[in-house]
Amino acid sequence: MAAHRCSLSALLLIICSLLVFIVADSEKATLTGDHHATAVDNLQTVTETEEGAAAEEPAVEEERRWEETVVEEATADKEDTSAPETVVQSSVPQPKDDFQEELVIRPLHSGDIYASFQFRTLWETDFMRGNKVSHYRLFPKSLGQVISKFSVRELHISFTQGYWRTMQWGQPFLPSPPGAELWVWFQDSVTDVDGTWKELTNVLSGIFCASLNFIDSTNTVQPSASFKPLGIGNVTDHRFLRYATLPREIVCTENLTPWKKLLPCGSKAGLAVLLKSEKLFHSSFHSQAVHIRPVCQDWQCKTTSWELRQTLNVVFDLHTPGQGKLEWSLFKMFSRTLTEACPLASSSKIYIDITDDPQGEQFEVSPATHLLSQAMVLGDRRTFSVYDLTQQITFGTVRSLNLLIRWKSSEGDMLRPLLHAERYVAGYGLQTGEIHTLMYNNHPYRSFPVLLLDSVPWYLRLYIHTLTVTSKGKDNKPSYIHYQPSKDRVRPHLLEMLVQLPPNSVTEVTVQFERALLKWTEYTPDPNHGFYVGSSVISSLVPSIVAMDTNSTREQPLFSSFFPCKEESSYFMRVYTEPLLVNLPTPDFSMPYNVICLTCTVVAVGYGSLYNLLTRSFQIEEPSPGLAKRIANIIRKMRGVPPL
Amino acid sequence: MGLLSDPNRRRALISLLTRLNAPICVVCYMAGVAWFMGLAFEPFTLRTYMSENAMGSTMVEERFPAGERALGTGREFSAHKKKAGGMPVDWLVKTMQSRGLEVFTQRFSRRLPFPDEDKERYMVKGTNVYGILRAPRAPRTEALVLSAPCSPGDDNNQAVGVLLGLAQYFRNQVFWAKDIIFLVNEHDLIGMQAWLEGYHHTNTTGMDWSPLQGRGGSIQAALSLELSSDVVTSLDLVLEGLNGQLPNLDLANLFYAFCQKIGVLCTTQGKLQRNDWDSVSGYSHAVQTMMLMVMKQASGRPWGDHGLFLRYHIEAATIKGINSFRQYKTDATTIGRLLEGMYRKLNNLLERLHQSYFFYLMPSLSHFVSIGYYMPAFGLLALILLLRVSFQPRLLTTYLLTDGVPGVLSVLTPLVISHLTGVALYTLPIHFQEIAVEHFPVSETEAVVLTAIAVYTAGLALPHNTHRLLTGRGTENGWKVLKLVAVLYLAVLLGCTALINFSLGFILALTLVPVAAFVTPDVPKALSAFIMVILSPACTLLFSVFLFQELQEMPVSFLDGWMLYLSVISQGILDHALYGSLVYPLVALLVYPCWLLFWNILFWK
Repeated sequence: MAAHRCSLSALLLIICSLLVFIVADSEKATLTGDHHATAVDNLQTVTETEEGAAAEEPAVEEERRWEETVVEEATADKEDTSAPETVVQSSVPQPKDDFQEELVIRPLHSGDIYASFQFRTLWETDFMRGNKVSHYRLFPKSLGQVISKFSVRELHISFTQGYWRTMQWGQPFLPSPPGAELWVWFQDSVTDVDGTWKELTNVLSGIFCASLNFIDSTNTVQPSASFKPLGIGNVTDHRFLRYATLPREIVCTENLTPWKKLLPCGSKAGLAVLLKSEKLFHSSFHSQAVHIRPVCQDWQCKTTSWELRQTLNVVFDLHTPGQGKLEWSLFKMFSRTLTEACPLASSSKIYIDITDDPQGEQFEVSPATHLLSQAMVLGDRRTFSVYDLTQQITFGTVRSLNLLIRWKSSEGDMLRPLLHAERYVAGYGLQTGEIHTLMYNNHPYRSFPVLLLDSVPWYLRLYIHTLTVTSKGKDNKPSYIHYQPSKDRVRPHLLEMLVQLPPNSVTEVTVQFERALLKWTEYTPDPNHGFYVGSSVISSLVPSIVAMDTNSTREQPLFSSFFPCKEESSYFMRVYTEPLLVNLPTPDFSMPYNVICLTCTVVAVGYGSLYNLLTRSFQIEEPSPGLAKRIANIIRKMRGVPPL
Repeated sequence: MGLLSDPNRRRALISLLTRLNAPICVVCYMAGVAWFMGLAFEPFTLRTYMSENAMGSTMVEERFPAGERALGTGREFSAHKKKAGGMPVDWLVKTMQSRGLEVFTQRFSRRLPFPDEDKERYMVKGTNVYGILRAPRAPRTEALVLSAPCSPGDDNNQAVGVLLGLAQYFRNQVFWAKDIIFLVNEHDLIGMQAWLEGYHHTNTTGMDWSPLQGRGGSIQAALSLELSSDVVTSLDLVLEGLNGQLPNLDLANLFYAFCQKIGVLCTTQGKLQRNDWDSVSGYSHAVQTMMLMVMKQASGRPWGDHGLFLRYHIEAATIKGINSFRQYKTDATTIGRLLEGMYRKLNNLLERLHQSYFFYLMPSLSHFVSIGYYMPAFGLLALILLLRVSFQPRLLTTYLLTDGVPGVLSVLTPLVISHLTGVALYTLPIHFQEIAVEHFPVSETEAVVLTAIAVYTAGLALPHNTHRLLTGRGTENGWKVLKLVAVLYLAVLLGCTALINFSLGFILALTLVPVAAFVTPDVPKALSAFIMVILSPACTLLFSVFLFQELQEMPVSFLDGWMLYLSVISQGILDHALYGSLVYPLVALLVYPCWLLFWNILFWK
């Protein structure tokens, strides 16, 4: 019976795949010409960048379907050639999951090169229902279990080594603070959020081999406004949000390996073969992150699916003095070349940002590609060359792709990003100090509001009455302030403010603090190194650069350029300041022995005898009477006469 | 202490102390001086050793190759400096940028309280240029500083060249864990003060500066480089900073260790160390070196650009290249390698330098005297003051009971008057310079210095015996109580000074303790007055100037010495106004009034 069903299903599958093949073929026939393909690609990247955007053009829908069918065909072909057992498996309703990988390479203004990997797994399932999800295909089981066990609605974790240099590199695709950052939205069914959070951090600590178990109540805050859920859902009660950073966390290979293991192809195939730690950690900046959130399944948003997005950003230092042209290749960057896409991936692409020079004067990319794509990235219209790894033609005759980029850099002069920030500790001495946070709005004529989040450990006692916000020499009153005072050894300070940044200005937020004297067991093993204060977070909707472009030198239709506001007039941006290293008053830890010795001596010899001298009353003792006198006294006593 | 419990023995002890008080004091004084002189004797001192483990065991290789090119850059810098007539800001910015640094500038301006005649400046305007080499994968929390002053004339161009050469070389290395800030500061200490105040956003001296744009977190250590010729024969390490603060001894050890390793002649106080400690000349050499350090530390002024870092708890030292035309030459490559080695080791630091001593004296680079060894010398001097505190236990109470309010007034009045004189000495010179310039044919600087001397001398002639107007006559107990107060005052004052700045405390104790110990109204007036004037703070300073010149083997004639003395006073006042040095206010507001109290006792009627 089973065999019969098996053969039946196999037949069905073959027919099905044949049908698909024919359809695909016909589609292909209709889609001739490179031009069309480029356009498709354009649209697709646009839709990709506008996630969650409800309206999608029907044409795009159609194209996507086309792409998916091609993939199905490929898998079907494979299964056809394999043993019949797998055929049985495949007849079971397919888990609706999907994996995409992409790599964006952007030569930076400073001459460095920025590579950003994104791996996205989508899975249409519901972890929260009563029935337990037990069958995992692309989605990593370890994370799936975490989601269902701890009722996580959204989870964002990042590990970063280094500080993103906004002034030289511009904006990153995904900002993250130095060290580790974790923020989680729990489902509103969770009753003991703190307990769940504690458990979750410990579990994540194991999964990522990181010291996330150092997250406790003293460094966890509940921001009221800065961290809104990025996925769908309308619960924004910040009781279910927990946010913590560990600025001291050092990120290295042991964090990368478990991160890579979460990928469906591991580091065996696809873009992940490039992730070799000896090169990734030989860079100026390294950041890896995991984001889990619920997203819409389709544009109608009837069902939700879970999105796991793994990102890895790395900036390579390309400094070669006295050389006009810079040259960089995949092999030089990662000491690997690409030979195939991940077979499980529905899409696998490499984008190279060639916006700065679309004519190819400064830029030279080889092998050349005719696929171009445009996208709005961080308020700026960028042009990318696209390499689709799912097509054999990309790999050429040598069956390996080694992208080579040559470009001229304009090293030295700094960028003026629309929004950037810096922070430092002012003052000297070990008693008090002042935290200065500077926020720059470099927009020539528009002001915009920013949300500033500061989480300061309890051992810096903030004098909140000294809080000042000034811009352009004038007092700038925040329209919203949320302040939660610290409790010694229990919770940190939390300060959130909504500040309007005037155009072309520097806004300075200062607050004074006092350095607490810790108990001697509370010092770290290296107390003279100082104590870290995590980055402050600035979240803002920044007016886009495209909308800023009001000069009408560029050729464009007149009817489109009257109202300055374009379709994407502002974009969301998060900026992290540098963490602070603050020295606290530190006792000399080699001293206790000396101190004990000295104190004992002083107490015993000095104080003891002085006390003696001061409290004892001295009397001159009468010399003891002689023997004769004593006998006389006894006799006198017997006689009842007073003694001598 | 069982000794004291027994009343008989206690009485005996007290009577011994009262009877032999003067001889004991003399013995203490001699012992204190002898102890101090013994500190320079090598068998009594400790060899320096590296306490910081992070810098000790790790070996680093020095490979800096480009000394010649650095000197070329230095020459280019000098050409541009001449062309710009000051700091060639644009050129420096461009050069630093081409070396891959993040470059920032800071403008500052300062009007001195009165013209500085030594350096010929009054209205100071300048620009600091600094470039930050960002360490890869470091979160901008820690930084090291290498600075070279851009001085007028032909000085120090080589230092800027070496600094730029090192910047270029460091940029290509991968091992940096801390940001490195390369700073070229104009107008030496004023520029450095402006930069440090800007970096830490403080304003202690009322200087105008533009805020800094780039920072590297908390600065862990700093070195300042001064070179004035292409080839140097030895490198001199300068440690003395503002208010006599010293960097951690490990910084000196690091310098010494690398000099030994690379084979560079290194000196401190401009004096090579000698091996013949057992000979008289060897010992006197060590004494000279130590005395120079004591004099410099006591002066409380920063003896190099590093001196201002110490206020911010940043360990810093100045390295000076000296060309004394010896046979042995060191080229720029070697200096570059030395600095490279030092920075690599500082880069390895896990914590701030804190393991070794902060209070020390150095009779040579390889030996040091720690606080535990030198404090007894001061302690012996301070003991005299305690011994001279009257043994009449009920002096104060009986005095208060018998003399009452007028008695208190008669002691209070000299106290107030002498302190008012001190305040006058502190404030008048700067405030009255304009009037003085109008009425006398002197320059502003001379006006300030001469006013100071005039106020000082006028203080001696003030009618101190005002208590007679209040009470009719000075009581016998009156001067005793005044002396008791003055001696205790001096003891506390010197004790506190010596804890912060041993050298200053010790020098003041050497001169003031004998005065305090032996002055009474009964001693012969003229002779005592003469001795007291000789031992007064102003004369101490004069002798120190001569002694300092002598120790530096640059003796001066009396007239030159006097001119030098005047300039030292003006520099002291300037240091206070510009960098916040505390020696001038300490002397004017506390030491001098205290000395006036003893002067008062001498003329008590």
